[in-house]
Amino acid sequence: MTQIRLTTPLTDADVEKLRIGQQVLISGLIYTGRDAAHKRMVDLIKAGKVNELPFDPKGQIIYYVGPSPTKPGRVVGSCGPTTSYRMDPYAPELYKLGLKASIGKGKRSPEVIEAMKKYKGVYFAAIGGAAALIAKSIKSAKVIAYPDLGAEAVHEFVVEDFPVVVVNDTLGGDLYQEGIKIYAVK
Amino acid sequence: MYIFNCEQHLAKGGIKIKTINTSVITENVARMCQEANFNLGEDVMEAFKKGYEQEVSATGKDIMQILIKNAEIAREEQVPMCQDCGYAVIFLELGQDVRIEGGDLYEAITEGVRRGYTDGYLRKSIVSHPLERKNTGDNTPPVIHTKIVPGENLKITLAPKGGGSENMSQIKMMKPADGVEGVKDFVIEVAKNAGPNPCPPVILGVGIGGTMEKAALLAKEALLREIGSENEDPEMAKLEEELLEKVNNLGIGPQGLGGRTFALAVHIKTYAAHIASLPVAVNINCHAARHKEVVL
Repeated sequence: MTQIRLTTPLTDADVEKLRIGQQVLISGLIYTGRDAAHKRMVDLIKAGKVNELPFDPKGQIIYYVGPSPTKPGRVVGSCGPTTSYRMDPYAPELYKLGLKASIGKGKRSPEVIEAMKKYKGVYFAAIGGAAALIAKSIKSAKVIAYPDLGAEAVHEFVVEDFPVVVVNDTLGGDLYQEGIKIYAVK
Repeated sequence: MYIFNCEQHLAKGGIKIKTINTSVITENVARMCQEANFNLGEDVMEAFKKGYEQEVSATGKDIMQILIKNAEIAREEQVPMCQDCGYAVIFLELGQDVRIEGGDLYEAITEGVRRGYTDGYLRKSIVSHPLERKNTGDNTPPVIHTKIVPGENLKITLAPKGGGSENMSQIKMMKPADGVEGVKDFVIEVAKNAGPNPCPPVILGVGIGGTMEKAALLAKEALLREIGSENEDPEMAKLEEELLEKVNNLGIGPQGLGGRTFALAVHIKTYAAHIASLPVAVNINCHAARHKEVVL
């Protein structure tokens, strides 16, 4: 299968050409966040304090992950995606501010899929549980906000050829539904 | 499995009593926390290989290969196979002729979890209160299930359990009239609802019977069975086979991206039920089906 290479930050044009099922290799800066960090970020947005966000979401990718602790001499701990639906209540606010993609695993809500259509964003799946392997594509890692949250802190990763699959595209397509249609035995 | 020699002596009345020191328990639990997270069981690796052979989707095949590679890296580099190093779930089988010395048994286990997760650079995923949600910082407390059994051994099984697959598990109090067809429908409904979320390929533990909490416990215990082993009850063995085919035919596939390997195995455990009840619990385990045991 042909693989598409993308480097962050992303433009509308970068994500509009993506279609469900495509394999993508991401390079550049990406940011992490899960439940607790999302709550804080969206509280800031709602309070009108967008300039206090840990990073400007415009053109960026957020990876839903809470890495395991970094062993001495390594870049990062094991680092696979967490289940995305827990971030669904917060994701539309971030896409509205120009976030171009999120990476996780599992289904998204109709509201998130709608927000991705409206604000030109996509959702990628990384392989859930392939955490030791995924860590190999992370070249540097640092905590940039909310260190008190431990594994849930916001990290900035420099990644190289980070492997993902397009699950939801800007047209509202959903690979989870289409995949089942192909392989379900009637 | 490791066997450790412990001090044995004759107690008053001539009964053989084994004394086990809590420090030995702590050391073993700490070691197992790391081993379980670094070294995936051979039965799961074999199931991945079989899944790779049988999978009809090209993406599904790729995923099975990635999971094999991931487990190999984790083992070689002694790093966690998954960043979610799990809730430390412990099953104790405490022989009634065992005497524990050196302190509180549960505290010794808790200390083992604390050391294992801290020294092993494993992720600490436990919050002290479900609503206040402050991380305890050392992955304690564990969940401990204790069974008193005849004999003079202490068997400790550690099964770190990830949150993603646990969240997709369900229990239903069915009517006796729902029967086996009702059980099948429920298991399929749980699988369908879970879809990509619990990191398929998964293992489905199904507990049927008992009371509400017993059914849930049976489902979790069923996950400990070796993949590829036969259910002792021939009827349940047949049901496991049928359910495996049915959930795989949903087309969910590895990681939910489409395919025929949603589950690597379905394991059923049953227990006597009340004349009014048919409790059914489905506990889902992600492909990181981790467990280690020791007999002291």
